[in-house]
Amino acid sequence: MNTADTPKRSMRTPLGRVRNLGAAHSGTSDFWRQRITAVAMTLLMIPVLVIVMMLLGRNQAGAAQILSSLPVALILLLFIAASAWHMKIGMQVVIEDYIHNEKLKLVSIMLNNFFSIAVALASTYAILKLSSGV
Amino acid sequence: MTARIERPLSPHMQVYRWTLTMALSIVHRATGIALYAGTLLLAWWLIAAASGPAAYGHVQAFTGSIIGRLIVFGYTWALMHHMLSGIRHFVWDLGYGFKANEREALTWGALIGGIVLTVLIWIIAYAIGGGR
Repeated sequence: MNTADTPKRSMRTPLGRVRNLGAAHSGTSDFWRQRITAVAMTLLMIPVLVIVMMLLGRNQAGAAQILSSLPVALILLLFIAASAWHMKIGMQVVIEDYIHNEKLKLVSIMLNNFFSIAVALASTYAILKLSSGV
Repeated sequence: MTARIERPLSPHMQVYRWTLTMALSIVHRATGIALYAGTLLLAWWLIAAASGPAAYGHVQAFTGSIIGRLIVFGYTWALMHHMLSGIRHFVWDLGYGFKANEREALTWGALIGGIVLTVLIWIIAYAIGGGR
């Protein structure tokens, strides 16, 4: 048997090849995104707290004025995007860990996606509406 | 149908001695789930601010009530704890802090730090806005 028609062999075991990757070879993407969004939110935490403090005790007109300023709107939009993504991944992990019925699991993961996207879009819409001054 | 074979199962939670890191691992999840639900409050608040004085008044009436304050206080703690506990996980991700005393120190740090930050934020909040 010559080497041309033998498939390429690797010294790595099948287990070694899939370890840390998962069957789809992209199993760490959620892990990585969870960390990116976590770091993003940690960095944004102080500005976000400052914004919340600025809003304390103000009426709607005062709050709307602060929320419509560009840096405040940008910081909140970034925070909303990071938290929606982060919580979607986190809840999916919880669902996958505790719900063992396959159909219920799929439905739960779908609802989790819907909820996360709905909350993110509703909050984003509110900030854009405030920024546009309508 | 084949008969179900009774195979030995791996030992589950109840055989282990309850440890601080175990308990805090569960608290990390619980605070995560609480924060997940709490985003509804955040979205409500932002939409109300964008809707007008009447809607914003409802939110302020709620956050000013005893139950509202308790929920927002709990939310503040959940956020601070989850953040510090997450930073602890980040330290572990980078490969540090795995010795027994380091694990314990990080975990106590997250627990105490979360409470301290929450109280600090509320003291500042009351000083600035009279607790909204």
